[in-house]
Amino acid sequence: MILIVVEHANGKVSKSIWEMVTAARELAHQRGGDPSITALVLGSNITSVAAEVARAVDQVLVADLPALAQYDSELWSAAVAQVATEGEASLVLIGGSRSSREYSPRVAIKLDAPLLEDVITLKASGDTLTAQHYTFLARVTETIEASGPVAVVTIKPGAFNPATPRAEAAEQFDVDLKLPTPRLKVTGKTAERSSRVSLTEAEIVVSGGRGVGSAEGFTQYVEALADKLGAAVGATRAIVDAGWRPYSEQVGQTGKTVQPKLYIAIGISGAVQHLSGMNKSKTIVAINRDAEAPIFKIADYGIIGDVPQIVLAMLAELKK
Amino acid sequence: MRILTFIRQVLDAEESVHVANNAVALENSKLVMDTMDEYGVEEALRLRESGVEAEIIAVGVGPARVQDALRTALAMGVDRAIHVETDIRLDAIALSKILAEIAQKEDASLILSGGQQADWDSHALGAATAERLNWPQVTWTSALELKGTTLNGKHDVDEGSETFTLELPAVITTQQGLNEPRYPTLPNIMKSKKKEMRKESLDQFNVTPKLKFVSAEIQVKNRLNKILDGKDAPVAASQLVDLLRNQAKVIA
Repeated sequence: MILIVVEHANGKVSKSIWEMVTAARELAHQRGGDPSITALVLGSNITSVAAEVARAVDQVLVADLPALAQYDSELWSAAVAQVATEGEASLVLIGGSRSSREYSPRVAIKLDAPLLEDVITLKASGDTLTAQHYTFLARVTETIEASGPVAVVTIKPGAFNPATPRAEAAEQFDVDLKLPTPRLKVTGKTAERSSRVSLTEAEIVVSGGRGVGSAEGFTQYVEALADKLGAAVGATRAIVDAGWRPYSEQVGQTGKTVQPKLYIAIGISGAVQHLSGMNKSKTIVAINRDAEAPIFKIADYGIIGDVPQIVLAMLAELKK
Repeated sequence: MRILTFIRQVLDAEESVHVANNAVALENSKLVMDTMDEYGVEEALRLRESGVEAEIIAVGVGPARVQDALRTALAMGVDRAIHVETDIRLDAIALSKILAEIAQKEDASLILSGGQQADWDSHALGAATAERLNWPQVTWTSALELKGTTLNGKHDVDEGSETFTLELPAVITTQQGLNEPRYPTLPNIMKSKKKEMRKESLDQFNVTPKLKFVSAEIQVKNRLNKILDGKDAPVAASQLVDLLRNQAKVIA
């Protein structure tokens, strides 16, 4: 069996499930043998999540427990490893969120399996898996191989086309888990939730850097354009460090990686660390005063000029 | 107590990447300690400066040149270094076996390691090492303090951040914002030359790589590079919106 671990938040399934289903179906097809795809949903009060997942896979395993209300790497890895072992999974697919990438190494160690992180392609030939992933701050595409009865793979968000839901819902089963007691105690949470679409799932991202001038400038130009386009907003490390924007909006090596259909970089010069978080975007637009800014080298479209004037003119044009 | 900080030597972020014979070629490029690992070294030093009695050991795995990065850690203030010499590239799962065994041999109770490697872009080493040791871990840590054997701090999660408390032993992975790494001072550079750099062979760790690295290539997406002059903002804006609507077809 192929096991997919479902990412979800606030009662909603993450888009990654549909991308993982595509990867799993392609792989099941290439590999032959048992092609069934099983999804594992971990959490508390997750009835709606499980129902949505049932339209994606052949079988849904559900652990709806108060003990799983809060994500914990030790809990999640124990649950996933147990289910993978009992179901004799040949492949464990895990999403690309921060928490998924955090607990996946633990699963690999528990299963004595290789870990293929953040893959953008995945192929099987016998019991050998071949995958591609980005390295060197997303400047190099590397091909890796792993062999053996089971492998753990995390999937890069946006790399696989999302599958479409099926009409028939798969059967759901409760799983009985032997869970450890978490040792990390969470004492407080600061949610940086935005009313906009999530940065990593957005089709359009509008990002700002130092060139927007100030925190107010960011609101006036970047947020205004994002709202006009129904886009998520992103920021460079420089302005997150300056306190203009929350860390959750940071795009780049130490922030989020995005791969939208359209990425608009406003007042961003294009440091390599920022580019590593967005250089796979389908269409890149740059607006910057400095004609020498490296961002123009990877831009499909761009305007060299005054940021406020150009963004305000774009807003006026979009209203037409 | 003993603190291990894991050190990796990577390409300086300002350097271009070159590929030769299906692999990234690092010869003739400037190599530095991974910034993420600098945060780890700095944090270990700060924990000690806050009054924790600790010996700090830097650990590096890789070819002879990795000693340069370990020397930098020593010059920053780390007490001694362990270099496991090998030319084989090890994936994070394999590497974690070495780190976990050294932690056990050295009786360490805290391991600091980078949140994401600047070369292989992997996040896995910290959690994999914690799992091998049956320790808890915290990833993407942005604030940390140690009182007795209790760690308190803050770390980033998918949406926002959490504060946490945790008992030693533990693995902590670092993140930008955790601290501002210090520069080695000249007297400390001089002192570091006398510090212990212990060489160990890979054989004793009995490590088998889990991944085979087949090839590497630099894929540059061809970009249209249609850059407009924005002296007349309304005209340029109108042209750009038109291109996005009718040529790229990415906005309505």
